[in-house]
Amino acid sequence: MRHLLDTKNLDRATALRILDVAEDMADTQSREVKKLPTLRGKTVVNLFFEDSTRTRISFEAAAKRLSADVINFAAKGSSVSKGESLKDTAQTLEAIGADAVVVRHPSSGAPQTLATSGWISAGVVNAGDGTHEHPTQALLDAYTIRKRRFGADSRGRDLSGIRVVIVGDVLHSRVARSNVWLLSTLGAEVTLVSPPTLVPQNVSLWPAKVVYDLDQALADGPDAVMMLRIQLERMNAAYFPTEREYSRRWGLDALRVAGLPDGSIVMHPGPMNRGLEISSEAADSARSTVLEQVTNGVSIRMAVLYLLLAGERDNERGGDL
Amino acid sequence: MSARTVLHHADISRALTRIAHEILESNRGAEDLVLLGIPTRGVTLARRLALVISEIAQTPVPSGALDVTLFRDDLSKHPTRSPHPTEIPAGGIDGKTVVLVDDVLFSGRSIRAALDALQSIGRPSIVRLAILIDRGHRELPIRPDFIGKNIPSSRQERVNVRLIENDGAEEVTIEA
Repeated sequence: MRHLLDTKNLDRATALRILDVAEDMADTQSREVKKLPTLRGKTVVNLFFEDSTRTRISFEAAAKRLSADVINFAAKGSSVSKGESLKDTAQTLEAIGADAVVVRHPSSGAPQTLATSGWISAGVVNAGDGTHEHPTQALLDAYTIRKRRFGADSRGRDLSGIRVVIVGDVLHSRVARSNVWLLSTLGAEVTLVSPPTLVPQNVSLWPAKVVYDLDQALADGPDAVMMLRIQLERMNAAYFPTEREYSRRWGLDALRVAGLPDGSIVMHPGPMNRGLEISSEAADSARSTVLEQVTNGVSIRMAVLYLLLAGERDNERGGDL
Repeated sequence: MSARTVLHHADISRALTRIAHEILESNRGAEDLVLLGIPTRGVTLARRLALVISEIAQTPVPSGALDVTLFRDDLSKHPTRSPHPTEIPAGGIDGKTVVLVDDVLFSGRSIRAALDALQSIGRPSIVRLAILIDRGHRELPIRPDFIGKNIPSSRQERVNVRLIENDGAEEVTIEA
């Protein structure tokens, strides 16, 4: 694997390979010594043009557990605020000797540009770009669903027949996009639930069903309910009348959680707006996998960095894993 | 591609039985023994050896798997390898006599990686090495304690170990 830019173009075999390697990575994390020497001498740069807590920390932890050197770059307080272009920033990283660049950017397609422009030779991992994709989040979500369903017997399995409901601000959500592509590649059935104003225009082209009523979607007894964050920072128009109305119609409260069948799980990529899209009872219930998702995120990112950096370098884009 | 068979089914069983006796002799019994195979065929061999030893000693001997992929020093010289699961028996390895088991000993680099991998899991009191085929060409100061058969080979030759559980056949061949 040369880069990880999206899940739309990720084939089933590659996706399963990442999930299976993540299983092995998770196993090493229960050992006495968690640190592995695997990526000694490699340098991973976290290039974050947008705020992030868990994704950046998760990539940092993953790289460090594999003994790679980590350089954290936040646009705030850097020369980007003096007007430096993406190209110049990238070439600076190249000159420092970065082997992999983990990039988060407010513009959709920025990681793709970094990977294909020829500015740098490092592997590029998309850690969220605009409203496009967030592939490692979808991978860790798929891993969490698989782990909850199959436990120690997860290796090699896909998500055939598993039904996932994704609820909330689909329009602005790169997490939803990455999940729709990945989950359907893995055989899951995806239903999107959203106010009509927060459904993207091209949604008919996605491998997912769209429903506007949350209770109707939950009545089918889904295996996983994934709540999306209401992205107030991206809301520049009136998408719904009031937060209270949103919460009442599309929020996951204790009553709705109680109606779910045994074994179905409640997911949230974080950060949560408690009381808006998810109530505290739902977020802290035994069904909630919010913290498991964070733990699994480290394993997934270890797997991705391993597959990107450990082997012989192939120079073809999207070459064999 | 000419392949000649150097060990047949019966030869492999005899070699394993002999190694089992040698392990018991050097350990003065089966106490505190843990057999860890290196994937993939080493795991099969470790499981078989553990069975033979427990039959001889009339006491169960645990076996498991120790994956060394993440500890290798030659990862960047090959296409990316997928790791295999590591399975450590319930009793752990602290204070135990761990016998590492692999099918072919060549450069010794897998064994070096295995020693590092062991260290991340615990602290055995003794570590020994059992090998079905020693083909020479060591690149590190590592030598096996128990050997099924020495097969002098040239670097260009390939030594293939096939086991019923992994390959549906049971033989060791050498290919020019």
